[in-house]
Amino acid sequence: MPRIGNDRAPQPATIRAVDLGKRYGSPGAGGVQAMAGVDLDVAAGEFVTVVGASGCGKSTLLRIIAGFEPATDGTITVADEQITGPGPDRGVVFQDYGLFPWLTVSENIAYGPRQKRYPSAVVGEKTTRVLEAVGLTRFARSYPGQLSGGMQQRVAIARVLANDPAVMLMDEPFGALDALTRSAMQAELSRIHRETGTTVLFVTHSIEEAVVLADRVVVMAGGASHGVPGHIREIVPVPLARERDATSPEFNELKRHIAALVHEGVEAAA
Amino acid sequence: MSTTTSDTPTTSGTGTPRRPEDASTAGPSTPGAVQPPAGRRLATGLRSRLPSAAGWRGTASTLALALPVPVLGILLWHVGVQQGWTLPFGIQMAFLPTPAAVLTRMIDISVGGQIDDAFSGTLIEHLTASTGRVLTGFGIAAATAIPLGVLMGRFTVVFRLLDPVINLVRPIPVTAWAPLALLIIGFGDRSTIFLVFLAAFFPILLNTIAGVRRVPVRLLEAAAMLGTKQAQVLYKVVLPSAMHSIVGGLRIALGLAWVILVVGETVGISTGLGSMITQARDMSKTDLIVAGMVVIGLAGFLADRLLVLLVKVATRGRPTLS
Ligand SMILES: Nc1ncnc2c1ncn2[C@@H]1O[C@H](COP(=O)(O)OP(=O)(O)OP(=O)(O)O)[C@@H](O)[C@H]1O
Ligand SMILES: [Mg+2]
Repeated sequence: MPRIGNDRAPQPATIRAVDLGKRYGSPGAGGVQAMAGVDLDVAAGEFVTVVGASGCGKSTLLRIIAGFEPATDGTITVADEQITGPGPDRGVVFQDYGLFPWLTVSENIAYGPRQKRYPSAVVGEKTTRVLEAVGLTRFARSYPGQLSGGMQQRVAIARVLANDPAVMLMDEPFGALDALTRSAMQAELSRIHRETGTTVLFVTHSIEEAVVLADRVVVMAGGASHGVPGHIREIVPVPLARERDATSPEFNELKRHIAALVHEGVEAAA
Repeated sequence: MSTTTSDTPTTSGTGTPRRPEDASTAGPSTPGAVQPPAGRRLATGLRSRLPSAAGWRGTASTLALALPVPVLGILLWHVGVQQGWTLPFGIQMAFLPTPAAVLTRMIDISVGGQIDDAFSGTLIEHLTASTGRVLTGFGIAAATAIPLGVLMGRFTVVFRLLDPVINLVRPIPVTAWAPLALLIIGFGDRSTIFLVFLAAFFPILLNTIAGVRRVPVRLLEAAAMLGTKQAQVLYKVVLPSAMHSIVGGLRIALGLAWVILVVGETVGISTGLGSMITQARDMSKTDLIVAGMVVIGLAGFLADRLLVLLVKVATRGRPTLS
């Protein structure tokens, strides 16, 4: 198995949110309090998934950590540093990929390392290694528009990995994929996480996916449309060994527990 | 490309220029220009980049379909002139030259030896003069409208500062500028070039603004999280993403440039295709007028093809750019 990332081991980072809140729009009556009072500690190298009903602020939380949106309350740090904007230490994988359609697969992947002005030999080596890791070597010269959704998402993941991110932020990355591709991608992501040790924050609507992947599952509830700002309802640890069996009783017990939390969250708010 | 309908470039007030055709009609054998929608199109996507037997057959069938209508048209034209048909709008075909007469005239102005009058063999001189004016006016328009459009598309303040002025000036037909241009600039090259510039400026500007404003936010976010410096966003994301729209504007502008050229060359200029047509009218040489029209049409068509080819070469056939 090829090693991913830099020769120096990438340094996974902690994420720490304290009393984090977000209000969209004007500070006055016109605004929407999307999220409030979120406390979250993610250890370096941890894989944390986030579930919750639509509108509870999952994307908002992720976008604040990515630096796309400023928080309006509380503090958020990654590797003990205040977030001031987007940066290559926090790689983002979008549901709709966000690949540059005019660049080939390998150019998309080389984009980040080139921005860092690495010598071209280093860029080439990184690109080759990451391409191999996601199994797309044969498609290096294809354009994203020529690839299936699953392959495009692998390119998006590879593009982020090539930057040796301290944190990977993924917002429903597999939401648009068919079930078969989806479970293959989950296995691949698990393996990549094992090999790189990167911290991952992963938003999903699938509770099963959340349990398959996570060290801990963050269950969020509320949301502006429920009259309660989005908040964390509970954080559920997943004490199952890796290579999880989705049919085992323990797995299903966890799934049921989390599903109940998600639904309670909706009913309590309604 | 499913977005092409919303990409329809904006035209300025003069004439009805040729619309840049949808990429999918550009010919089945165009390598690299095909961009299948996301989905399981890998195999077809890769195959369609290679010219193939099917591609050539496609070209042949395109030709087979493209030819009958013009041939029939020329035939009807010939018969109509001979029979002295009167068409709607009171068009008296008897006053038209026959296709053969036009062809003779075209050969004569190109290489001489047919009619032997003052116009014999002068085509190259007229064509060169006209092409020079079109390219100069169009070049100045592109060099000013694209940067201005980028500024207006990127910065709301600039947009709000200039948009009202542009909306006031733009509806004035360029033809209406012609008399004024003659008075304030005078006879000669410069007033014609000015008119061409005016005609070309607005389509380029408006399409650049539209293209820059339509840059997907997701791509800007992707660039930011990959560490793109603010100053580089323009070259790395905005321009590539707006390219398609800008090229659409350039093509409309180039078409308009040829349209307005004839107006600009009507008065006080002795070379150029427009001037040739004007002189032909004064001498009632209809065959020369039609020959001039055909040349202008061909020149406009070739200029458009050349522009498209140039863009394709410059962007190395990358999808969504060319
Ligand atoms: N840019 C914005 N401007 C105003 N309100 C917004 C904006 N983005 C999100 N919101 C609101 O904030 C709340 C939380 O949105 P968010 O997208 O974070 O939810 P989510 O949990 O990701 O939902 P989903 O599961 O549907 O993706 C919603 O009520 C939404 O309407
Ligand atoms: Mg969301």
